[in-house]
Amino acid sequence: MTPLLSVQNIRKTYGTRIGCTGVSFDLYPGEVMGIVGESGSGKSTLLNCLAGHLEPDGGRVVFDTRTDGPVDTVTMSEPERRMLGRTDWAFVHQHARDGLRMSVSAGGNIGERLMAVGDRHYGDIRDKAIDWLGRVEIEANRVDDRPTAFSGGMQQRLQIARNLVTGPRLVFMDEPTGGLDVSVQARLLDLLRGLVREMGLSAIIVTHDLAVVRLLADRLMVMKDGHVAESGLTDQVLDDPQHAYTQLLVSSVLQV
Amino acid sequence: MSEYNFAYLDEQTKRMIRRAILKGLAVPGYQVPFASREMPMPYGWGTGGVQVSAATLTPDDTFKVIDQGADDTTNAVSIRKFFENTAGVVTTEETEKATVIQTRHRIPEAELTEDQILVYQVPIPEPLRFLEPRETETRKMHALEEYGLMHVKLYEDISQHGAISTSYAYPVKVSGRYVMDPSPIPKFDNPKLEMDAIQLFGAGREQRIYAVPPHTKVVSLDFEDYPFEATKADHPCDLCGAEDSYLDEVIMDDAGNRMFVCSDTDYCRSRRAAGHEGRLAKEDAA
Ligand SMILES: Nc1ncnc2c1ncn2[C@@H]1O[C@H](COP(=O)(O)OP(=O)(O)OP(=O)(O)O)[C@@H](O)[C@H]1O
Ligand SMILES: [Mg+2]
Repeated sequence: MTPLLSVQNIRKTYGTRIGCTGVSFDLYPGEVMGIVGESGSGKSTLLNCLAGHLEPDGGRVVFDTRTDGPVDTVTMSEPERRMLGRTDWAFVHQHARDGLRMSVSAGGNIGERLMAVGDRHYGDIRDKAIDWLGRVEIEANRVDDRPTAFSGGMQQRLQIARNLVTGPRLVFMDEPTGGLDVSVQARLLDLLRGLVREMGLSAIIVTHDLAVVRLLADRLMVMKDGHVAESGLTDQVLDDPQHAYTQLLVSSVLQV
Repeated sequence: MSEYNFAYLDEQTKRMIRRAILKGLAVPGYQVPFASREMPMPYGWGTGGVQVSAATLTPDDTFKVIDQGADDTTNAVSIRKFFENTAGVVTTEETEKATVIQTRHRIPEAELTEDQILVYQVPIPEPLRFLEPRETETRKMHALEEYGLMHVKLYEDISQHGAISTSYAYPVKVSGRYVMDPSPIPKFDNPKLEMDAIQLFGAGREQRIYAVPPHTKVVSLDFEDYPFEATKADHPCDLCGAEDSYLDEVIMDDAGNRMFVCSDTDYCRSRRAAGHEGRLAKEDAA
């Protein structure tokens, strides 16, 4: 089987400081990979390199495109990459306000990607927006409200709806549950798990939250100082952690 | 008048502006940056349009200035005087006689010809500005033809007002490529953007020039189920009886009496001169 995403030896430095280096892995269709690691270990840097938000200094990010098969997204033209960014790819930011248009209604936020790929029927766009609000458990009568009137959890769910409405095949998430109350996190997590299963989504999720990893990730990658410290099936890594950070992560949760 | 170079700007500057104009005509709807000069009038008074007019006028031209369709507002009068003084050109209020027309907020009702140039004053040239304030990003959106955001604006309009409520500066796509702000003309004027004359747009403060060459396709953005409509007050002109012209509503007294009159004063005047009469034509004459 062709990997959906094949990451080969990705390196990104900021001046002399290493952002991430020597990262390689394959992600197969329908797989969810978690990335954990202490603060500053290079998780966001890596994710942004993969999603085309940062240009890596070296390596390849080969995506299995619908039309042309596997293509290195690092060297593809910017218009093609941006097109991927609003069709087959989705990016969920930690802070919803980075991923939403705060001055545009919920319906407009969800509709943006549809309109960006050429939907020109207001009624259809609105119906899809309302359908997606329902799928992220926001009431239909909030469709004309701006995200500024939403709670943090609702904003995050809206951001997810806005990203998934065009049926992407690969979703990048940078700490999607970060900064939310624990109860709100649990609900969001449930929702994400449902959507991932139902849509057969492939995803790469950066997180500090072991619950996210346990519930969502088939595979886990642990980062340390910009390198991959260990990786494998989630259960294996968590049950028999080799790396000190992973051991700490597992034990700290067990203590709770 | 001899203390000025012809039309105030020095030849070097005019050449620079003409290059921007030519580039604009070559790439219809594309915003060409230019080094806007200080003009002896404040921004917001049409300094962009004035610079384009200055670079366009020749001594043989006949110049007309309108502001919201009228030749006699302070703004129109002062710009007309400015070029009378600095260029010594003949000026006129008659649309048909003018070879260069500088306008703010209207397209004349009379059909323009291939021998004419229409110069627009533009306050904000960037149609994507209100949803995407970052200039680097809007430039990229134009370059890559990523115009979904324009429809988000129209979507918001419909969801809030039940219809596309944008009635001025209604966005258009020019020649199937660039999305353009036609300046704050009423959307009633949008269909006229496909015309025989050359259209030049100048934004002074924002330092942009863009253009629509003659016979260029200009499409107003819309939705399939909310198609674009060039609307006006559903009334004939109370002075000249015209049914096809854009109207201003004028409050006449404390009792709430109103009248509707052509915003294009020259069009109204010429129709009345030809004997057309509206509902209140007699009273107005009295
Ligand atoms: N824009 C930048 N300029 C310079 N250095 C940066 C920049 N962004 C990140 N870094 C550095 O790169 C390294 C990796 O940072 P990164 O943000 O990828 O870590 P992270 O694992 O996402 O951390 P966190 O868990 O705190 O979000 C760190 O040493 C960081 O200081
Ligand atoms: Mg991070």
